[in-house]
Formats: sequence, structure tokens, C-alpha cells
Amino acid sequence: MTARLPCPIPAHADLAPGADPTVVTRGHIGSPDPRPNARRLLQGRGTYIDDLRVPRLAHVVFLRSPHAHARILKIDSSTASRAPGVLGVFDGPAIAAICKPWVGVLAHLKGIKSAEQYPLAIERACWQGEPVVAIVAETRAQAEDARELIEVQWEVLPAITDMDASLAGDPVLHPELGDNICFERSVDTGGIDEVFAQADVVVEETFQFGRHTGVCPEGRSILADYNAAEHSLLVHHSTQAPHMIHDVLARHFDIPEAQVRVLCHDVGGAYGIKVHVYPDEICTVATSILLRRPVKFVADRMESFVSDIHAREHKATVRLAARHDGTILGIDLRDLTAIGPYSMYPRTSGIEGNQVVNLTGGPYRHQHYRAHMQAVFTNKNVTCQYRAVGHPIAVAITEGIVDLAAERLGIDPAEFRRRNLIPDDAYPYAFPSGVRFEQLSHQQCLDRLLELMDYEHLRADQAAARARGCYRGIGLAAMIEVTNPSAAFYGVGGARISSQDGATVRLEPTGALTVLCSVTEQGQGTETVFAQIAADVLGVSMERVRVITGDTAATPYGGGTWGSRGAGIGGEAVLQSARALRAQVLDAAAAILSCDKAQLDIAQDAVIDRLSGQTRLSLAELGRICYYRPDTLPAGFQSELVATRHYVPRDYAFAFTNGIQASWVEVDIETGFVQLLGHWCVEDCGTVINPLLVDEQIRGGVVQGLGAALLEECCYDDQGQMLNAHLGDYLVPMALEMPDIVCAHVQTPTRTSELGAKGAGEAGTAGAPAAVMNAINDALRPLAARVTAQPFTPERILAALGRV
Amino acid sequence: MTLPEAEITLTVNGRSVRRRVEPRQHLIDFLREGLDLTGSHVGCEHGVCGACTVRVDGRIVRGCLMLAVQAAGCSVETIEGVSESGELADLQSAFHQRNALQCGYCTPGMLLCAAELLETTPNATRAQIREHISGNYCRCTGYQAIVDAIETTLTARRAGRTAD
Repeated sequence: MTARLPCPIPAHADLAPGADPTVVTRGHIGSPDPRPNARRLLQGRGTYIDDLRVPRLAHVVFLRSPHAHARILKIDSSTASRAPGVLGVFDGPAIAAICKPWVGVLAHLKGIKSAEQYPLAIERACWQGEPVVAIVAETRAQAEDARELIEVQWEVLPAITDMDASLAGDPVLHPELGDNICFERSVDTGGIDEVFAQADVVVEETFQFGRHTGVCPEGRSILADYNAAEHSLLVHHSTQAPHMIHDVLARHFDIPEAQVRVLCHDVGGAYGIKVHVYPDEICTVATSILLRRPVKFVADRMESFVSDIHAREHKATVRLAARHDGTILGIDLRDLTAIGPYSMYPRTSGIEGNQVVNLTGGPYRHQHYRAHMQAVFTNKNVTCQYRAVGHPIAVAITEGIVDLAAERLGIDPAEFRRRNLIPDDAYPYAFPSGVRFEQLSHQQCLDRLLELMDYEHLRADQAAARARGCYRGIGLAAMIEVTNPSAAFYGVGGARISSQDGATVRLEPTGALTVLCSVTEQGQGTETVFAQIAADVLGVSMERVRVITGDTAATPYGGGTWGSRGAGIGGEAVLQSARALRAQVLDAAAAILSCDKAQLDIAQDAVIDRLSGQTRLSLAELGRICYYRPDTLPAGFQSELVATRHYVPRDYAFAFTNGIQASWVEVDIETGFVQLLGHWCVEDCGTVINPLLVDEQIRGGVVQGLGAALLEECCYDDQGQMLNAHLGDYLVPMALEMPDIVCAHVQTPTRTSELGAKGAGEAGTAGAPAAVMNAINDALRPLAARVTAQPFTPERILAALGRV
Repeated sequence: MTLPEAEITLTVNGRSVRRRVEPRQHLIDFLREGLDLTGSHVGCEHGVCGACTVRVDGRIVRGCLMLAVQAAGCSVETIEGVSESGELADLQSAFHQRNALQCGYCTPGMLLCAAELLETTPNATRAQIREHISGNYCRCTGYQAIVDAIETTLTARRAGRTAD
């Protein structure tokens, strides 16, 4: 079942003597190596921001708006300023005096608009949780005590909390913008009305998606250390994109780029939450500059719920036209999403809706598509890109309507997909929304999935269960996924966000390797796969490779970790830099051994004779000579034992991946509870560099999707108050309710890189909610009940059953 | 309002410690800020996520739901202590081999929670493992690898006991 294309990884450790070094044999690449950097985390020896110990460290906390929309009439901080330990109390104008405001728009999202945003609200607060006053003290407890002493006089303003009301535009949240529409986009292939008029069957459904958020185990954290003596700024930050933050800080605080350094240590979960520019984090930097001492901010859980970005509040109405034989003819979509009062900076809050337009219907081969999406402002917390950005919505819309069409036509949902999924020999393929696919494997993945889950057996089990009054269901969800994004994602829109990444590989005097890469690590295992790649290319053992990431003063420049790009883009940069270094090491070896470079190879930490395989020179000896006894090298020869290369995809805007998931559930029709009996995911991320890490990325992603489907929602009242900003009330997946998840892979390496790797980190989250929705509806089918609003809580299921 | 500091004496990872603490200070903040034992983490500060799980007199507690003064006279063990003693070396190794952690923030609490199960329920089933750790929030792994690692350790320890 597995398609494995030739993948030209260069010669490495287990290359047989005399073999062609360009032929692929795999050593570490493809091996389930455990992560070397996990050992420190297992012993409590990690370093998260709150673990740093810095002299003269001060602590900042924020007074946040208790109202969704209110004018700030007066702030009295006179008592707080005199409270024990307090070093400074700052309001919006005080911070704005040293920090330029921002507007979260990008040129390639035509027409997107937003209002100027400051680190602290000025004159008006626009969501419950917006930071209004910063209080800095010697200890966090003192700062929190002083916060209690601040008095703010508010004039409460009408809050826009409903997206339809926002669209109607009464009132307009930012009057200078004219209306409440942040961004809208349309796609129309033409001919859609004719296709629907002539179709044998047309199905229509409205799907709703509740807001949810990332709930990183470690709250957002930043420690800013401004050095007034040299006007320099060192920032320790729990972030996914250190170079992006570096650039933002330099520009907004007018500090020369070379005098800023951003350091990432261990990051306690990110999932897209920590790739944005947050007002409170920028304000923390400002207080460090104003007080000329280090200041730390760590978001607590309750403020995280109202200040970490939210995502996914959508209402989408979709129609699908099909022939009697099940052929999908066209899809027609209208999507409305509410993004909060501002478009987030610098990636904007338009991308999620944009992705819904790009991706809906994506696995299928219909040629008629029309979509219209509007993103509107509301007085709720800001939304932005969170793991799988737009995909869970697009996949649920698509797979929900596909299942409805299959039901209407009396075709088994697996068979319906087989007839409509783009054939595996149809590539390259242009999808009607405008995206292009290099090579996907939908049909292979479907076959593999049905075999893995034993589809026929489950259908028999389902029928037997129904006969005894037990409601079980099977849900399928095919998907496409954006990975390895090129400059088309942000750069073309004017964002100073790098789509290229770089790696430096250096041979040390002992023959060890140091790899420095601009892609960062939050536990996915990026550092491990970089070590695997470097070890393979250079014939060095894994334990002799050290990987350094997350330091803008040390690594090459790059984008960091987001958009499922770490292995595919960062990995290719490591591969190319390791190849360059390999050639340079052989140059040095040839000079030392006075032989032709072509006679030499590297394996098992040594330069060997290519034909006989005999060791000629250990890398440690080579390092010793080149670094300590260069006087013994031939005259005029200078060894270069370090190489840097960069990589960015150019042929395709994105390396699309594909996959399919299945969910097997039992619905208790008395209580509305859903029990997850099984979950399967077959995914094609191209070359699998480390199957252990890829599978756990998939499983973790699936469980985030299961949370979205069944548990997670940021519930707001009509005054714009979040009602469950507490981990006791906002439900997250815990071990007890989660199923074991079976993963399998089809490997279709991308030809746009030598490594052939595409992204895998978001696939699980993209498809799981749709699979669960379809499984629940499959279970409820005999009862003529359907659910279409996520999360599928017991209350909503009982309502669909007419029981509440 | 802050109350006068109280002096407490307790044992932390086998060593006697005497400190003055604010009565309102939580045990987890005392361990992290007062003793620089930063291996235990603060996740929610309301007793839900389990990232601050430590042992007090042999039983696991939430460090954010107990005050430091309540630990006076007690024996407290943290991830640093159990790592040094080697008590959990097999479990830590199983977590490592199975990649039962990603960001690692929940891991110290998860390990101490799992260690309790290893002691109290040597024949635990997968369902019992899942139930036992269901008070410890992990956002990265989806839990399956954690369950696998604990199951592997349980099995190995049972085999070790049989061999003895």
C-alpha cells in the first residue's frame, strides 16, 4: 500500500563499501529515535521562562477590562503606586509614549482592515480581558496586591457579541472603518447556479463552530531585560517565532536590530497560541525599558482564557449538488466568522476564514465552487491562528455535507468518497479554489483506512448493536492540509515573517557536530529530526550531534515553527547544510591524506576509503589537525568545517498533504454522552523522518480535535462576558475519555525538496472533529436526529433527539 | 492583606529545610520560589491540571491547593528528589523510549502521579491507568503514549518481582 518514491539522501553511516553514495539507504532517517532533549524534561531539568533566575527581576501583572466594551473615564493608581514593593504603575498613554501601535493587516488579503492597537487600552477597552493598566513590583504577589488598589471609572458601552448583529453594523465598533467587516473573500468558478439547477440532488446544511482556545500547559511568558547602558534588549520568550518577535521589538521600540536578542528556552506547549504579538507581552518589554531592569510576565490560567487568542467561531451554510450516481458536481459555501475587536498582529485574523474558502471541498474532484466568507468584529477576545487554522472548519463542512449527500442518495459513505476523491494518478491537480496539489494519495489512504479499521466488521457490529438498542456510528473524514508554506502565506502580504529557514552545521574538534537551526522546538521533536538528518548525511552517530535552536543571536534567520513547516523546511535546510559540510570535510581529509577526494567517504565518525571501507582518519583526528595543527596542512589550504544553507519552497505555494480519519462512537441516547470507541488516522506527510515522533504528533493533534468536537468552548453571554474562563469549567480532554488511536502512513515524498518531508503536526486536529460529527450522526440516523453545532455536548445531542 | 511570616521546618527531598514564609504562600510557590526547585510546574493554580503534583508524606498532592505552612513537619518529595534517588528511572526511561512527552510541562506531575499507581496497583489495566492519570492534563500527547509507558513499566516491574 505504501508508495515510496526514491528519496536521494546522500551517503551515510550504513552505506555498504563500494555502493553508490547517491542511492538511498536509511540510517537515522526513518528510524524511531527517542528525543535526546526529552531527558532533561523527564527529570524536571527543563528551563521554562518562569524557571529563569535573573538579578533585580521585577514582575508585572495587568489590570484587565472587566467589561466587553467600555470607555475608560479615569484611572486612579495613586494608592497602588505607594503600595509595598511597587516599582511602577503604567497606563495606556505611558506605554504608547515609547511603543508604536500596530494594525493587523496584510496586503495580499485584499481589503482587510483593522484599527490601531496599543499595548494597553487607551480611552476605550474593547473586550473583557484587554490589558488596561500594568503594575510592576518586586514580587508578583506585591504586584497583584497593588492591582486591587487601582480604581477605574468605566462608562459601559453596548457590546457587539453576535456575528449577525455585527454584520448588520449597528453600532460600528471602530467608526473610522465604516463597518464591522474586517475581511471578506469570494471565489467563484462560474456556472454554479446552472449546476445546482440541473443536479439530481441538492443537500444543504448549516454548521456552527464554538470558539475554543489552545490552553497551553505553560501560560504565555516573557522576561524582558533592557540594558540602558547599551540601549540593548534581551528577551527570553515562550514563542514559536523568535525572529519575528525580534523584528517586531526592534521596530516598535526603535532599537537597532543588532541590539535585540530573543531567546527561546523550553516552551510549555504552543499550538499556534504563541506565534502572535500580544499586547501584554509587548507591554512587559515596555516596562523593562521604562524601569531599566528585567521584568517578567507569566499569564495565569484565568487571564490566559481571556487573553490567549481564541479560534474557530464560525457559522457556515453549505450546499452540495450531485448526480444520482453520487458524482459531486459543485459546492456552494457561505461562511461568517467573528474575530473579536481587532485583527491580530502581524498575521491577521483573516487567515482562518481565508483557509476555509481555500480548503472546503478540497479532497474531491468537482469543478464548480463558489464561496463567500466574511470576518466581522465583535467585543469578544481576539481570534487568530490556532493549530490547523481553518482546516477543522473546512473539513467538517465538507465531510458533513458529503455524508448528508451520501445518505440522501443511499450510498455507503466510504463508497461515496471512493467515487469522488481525486484519483491518485490525476496529479498535478488544480483545485477550483485556486490551490494546486503536487501529488496526493487520497485513494490509497482510503483503502488503507478501511482495511485498518475493518470497516465491514464495524458495520456489522453497528447493525448488531442497533438491534439491541445501542446506537453506534462510524464517521469518516477525508482532508487536505497546508504544510511547508512558502512566502505566499505571509511574506507576499508585506509581513516581516520569514518563510525560509536556515541551518548551520559545524564539525567540532572532537568530531562532534553542532547544528544551529532557525526552526524552534516546542516538543514536536524538531531538534531530534535535525540531528537524525545531520547524522545521516555526515556519517556521525546521533549522540555526537548537538542541536541549538531558539536564539536570534546564534542561529541563521528564519520563520520558526508554525504551519507544519519544521521538518519539511528546517529539515531540508539541515540536509543541504550537512551536504555542504560533508564536501568540505572530505576536502580537508583529502588534503591531510594527500589523496583524491573521490576516493573518500564518511561513515561511523570516520573518513573511510570509499572502495574498501577501511578507516583512513577519524573525524576527531581530522578536527584536531584542522583546528590545532593547521600548520601541518598543505600550503595554501584552509579548512572550512562549517557550512550554512537556507531553504524555502518555490515550486508550490504549499506542500499539500492529505489523509483520512475514522471515528467509532457510541451515543447514549438517554444522557447524550458520546463514548469514543476507536479512532484511526491514515496520513501522507511524505518522507517520515521519525515514525515515533510523527505518530505522536498525529495522536496529540487528534485529541485536540476530539476536545473541539466534544468538550471545548469559550462560552460568552450577551454582554460579552466569558462564562467559563477557568479550567474547572472549560473542559479539556483528559486521559479517561480519550481512545487509543491507530495511525498509519502512506508516503508520497514531495519532489520540491531532497528530503521529501511534508508537515504532519496539524493533520490530527484538522480531521478529528468532522470524523466524530459524522460518527455521531451515523449513530443517530435511525432516530432521524442530527447535530451540526460543535462542540457536540450531551445537551445538544439530547436537543437533537427532542429530549430536552 | 498579608499576615506576618511564619517559620516552618520540613523535609524536602530528604534534607531538612527551615524558612520563613507568608501564610498565604502555596506549597508549589514555596518550592519554586523559596527553594528554586523549578521542576514542578504551575499550570492552573486551581487544582485541575496536576502540573504542580508533588508528594507530601508519601502521597501525591496538588502543590497549588496546599499552603506551605500546611507542609510544616512534613516530608515533601519533588521530581528533582525522585530523579536523584533513581526511584523512577524505569518509568522515566519508558516515557523516553515511548515519547510519552512533548513539551514536558506536565511531565514531572504526570510521573509522580503514575508512580503512585505503580506502587498501589501493580496489576492495573489500561483503563485503570487512564482513570488514575485523568487528573493530570497533557495537551501534547493525546495520552496514549503515556498510558503505554506506564503499562510497560508495570509489566516490567511485575516481571522483576516474579524473577525475584
